[in-house]
Amino acid sequence: MNILEKNDKVKVRARSVKREFQIKNRQGKNQPLVVLEDFDLDIQEGEFLTLLGPSGCGKSTFLNILAGLDKADGGDILVDEKPLEERSYDRGIVFQSYALLPWRTIIKNLEVGLEIRGISKETRREVARKNLERVGLAAYENQYPHQLSGGMKQRVAIARVLAYDPAILLMDEPFAALDAQTREDMQIELLRIWEADKKTILFVTHSIDEAILLSDRVAFMSSQPGHIREIIEIDLPRPRTEEIRNSVEFSQIRKSLWALLQEEALLNQSYGAFI
Amino acid sequence: MKSKSFDYKKLLFRSIGLILFLVLWEIAPRLGWVKRLYLQPFSEDFMALVHLILNGKLFPHLFMSLERIALGLLLATIIGVGLGLLVGYFQRINQALDLLFQIFRQVSAFALFPVFILFFGFSEVSKFGIMLWASLWPVLLNTSSGVHDVDAVLIRSVKSMGGSKLYIFFRVILPATLPQIFTGIRLSGSYCVMAVVVAEMIGAKRGLGYLVFNSRESFLYPDMYAGIITLAIVGVTLNFILVAIEKRFTSWRVA
Ligand SMILES: Nc1ncnc2c1ncn2[C@@H]1O[C@H](COP(=O)(O)OP(=O)(O)OP(=O)(O)O)[C@@H](O)[C@H]1O
Ligand SMILES: [Mg+2]
Repeated sequence: MNILEKNDKVKVRARSVKREFQIKNRQGKNQPLVVLEDFDLDIQEGEFLTLLGPSGCGKSTFLNILAGLDKADGGDILVDEKPLEERSYDRGIVFQSYALLPWRTIIKNLEVGLEIRGISKETRREVARKNLERVGLAAYENQYPHQLSGGMKQRVAIARVLAYDPAILLMDEPFAALDAQTREDMQIELLRIWEADKKTILFVTHSIDEAILLSDRVAFMSSQPGHIREIIEIDLPRPRTEEIRNSVEFSQIRKSLWALLQEEALLNQSYGAFI
Repeated sequence: MKSKSFDYKKLLFRSIGLILFLVLWEIAPRLGWVKRLYLQPFSEDFMALVHLILNGKLFPHLFMSLERIALGLLLATIIGVGLGLLVGYFQRINQALDLLFQIFRQVSAFALFPVFILFFGFSEVSKFGIMLWASLWPVLLNTSSGVHDVDAVLIRSVKSMGGSKLYIFFRVILPATLPQIFTGIRLSGSYCVMAVVVAEMIGAKRGLGYLVFNSRESFLYPDMYAGIITLAIVGVTLNFILVAIEKRFTSWRVA
């Protein structure tokens, strides 16, 4: 199903990506662990794509490679048809653990990316303020991260990335540490933010509902070694609201995704592996 | 943790131990529990201190020691923080040097004093030698372990924003390590105050250590205690100042 519709531009093209780690086995000897192999994925410009797959299948590994935090051992990754550069000026990553600098005020945290890009002080402050407003936390600019709740911290982390306007947003289970209610609020908030400028987003989650609600497409990964097994289009209308969770279409998609996951689990079992 | 308005009750309560100690010091010689020649009531020793202040005889010693402490601590901080950052940042260097440092740390500066004297005589070099040895390790080892403990996700996150190695070092690793650096400096400060006494006991002509030792040799026991009291005050004040600086730089920390 990896067909490009319309004349959409491919933002990220990953081909036969391979990544292996050296790990110690029980005898204490080094042994290669192939985490990604034959990993193919196209991410279209402006799309919201979610990676779904069993724990340890290599989702974070791919995200890290794309973010410039790790290197592939083989294959090609093209961004705008050009090879991936090491310093990721055009990508931004949001971690599950917020990763805010605790010694900086909220507004100063938003300025980090702009500082790195050598933007002048006044412009920095102005852009940071605008983006803090976008996530509804303008009143907190002079607070420190430890004074904010988890949901607020994650909103700051998102605003911090938006502030330097990367072309691609990478989000690695950004809402996994939040309570259920906050998580649902954050999903809607993210949709609202994304609708404004439709940045390309690669999102990782374990929640099927979250994947359906947010994504244009959901890419299923298999493990050992990790690769894309199937890509499902989510044909729900946009802009999406909370109510869409209760729609018939939503539960139909959920059912089919569950079936896919089930298959993957059985597949894994037959290999004697566990999730 | 602390309320803004000054809490006299709390201060009084926290001083109970000190007050009891001073009372004991006052009455023990008076009741003949200890030889009065060797230990005078606290009030007498305190008056000796007041006297030394009024006749100006304390200040050359005090200033000399303060100068040595300040210089020794500055030296230890510069070398310790510098080396600590280096060792903490480059794990290979750390692996090569850690064992050596752990052993050096256990070697008493006082045991090395004769060695310094052997090489450098009764000079300032010997004095700074043992002060540096005594105070270097806390700040060095705290700094390097601080660098080592920096939350990796902070580094990864700034790197993902395009941060250079230099930017990450100065804007992530250094500020993240500051609290531990300050803890190290504070410890080093106490060691410096201890070491200055020893450094001044042998072959010095001025300094609080000299005052204490020389007063004993001249049978001026109250002056000896006055020197000891002054050293305690110096130590506490230094710690107080270092804590204040530390607070100023690490106010972002969770209380
Ligand atoms: N630095 C590393 N050294 C050795 N093995 C690693 C390293 N990083 C990841 N791995 C291994 O690679 C595999 C994939 O890890 P990864 O973090 O990408 O999984 P994931 O799909 O994100 O899992 P989860 O859903 O639990 O976050 C795991 O088996 C993990 O142990
Ligand atoms: Mg992961």
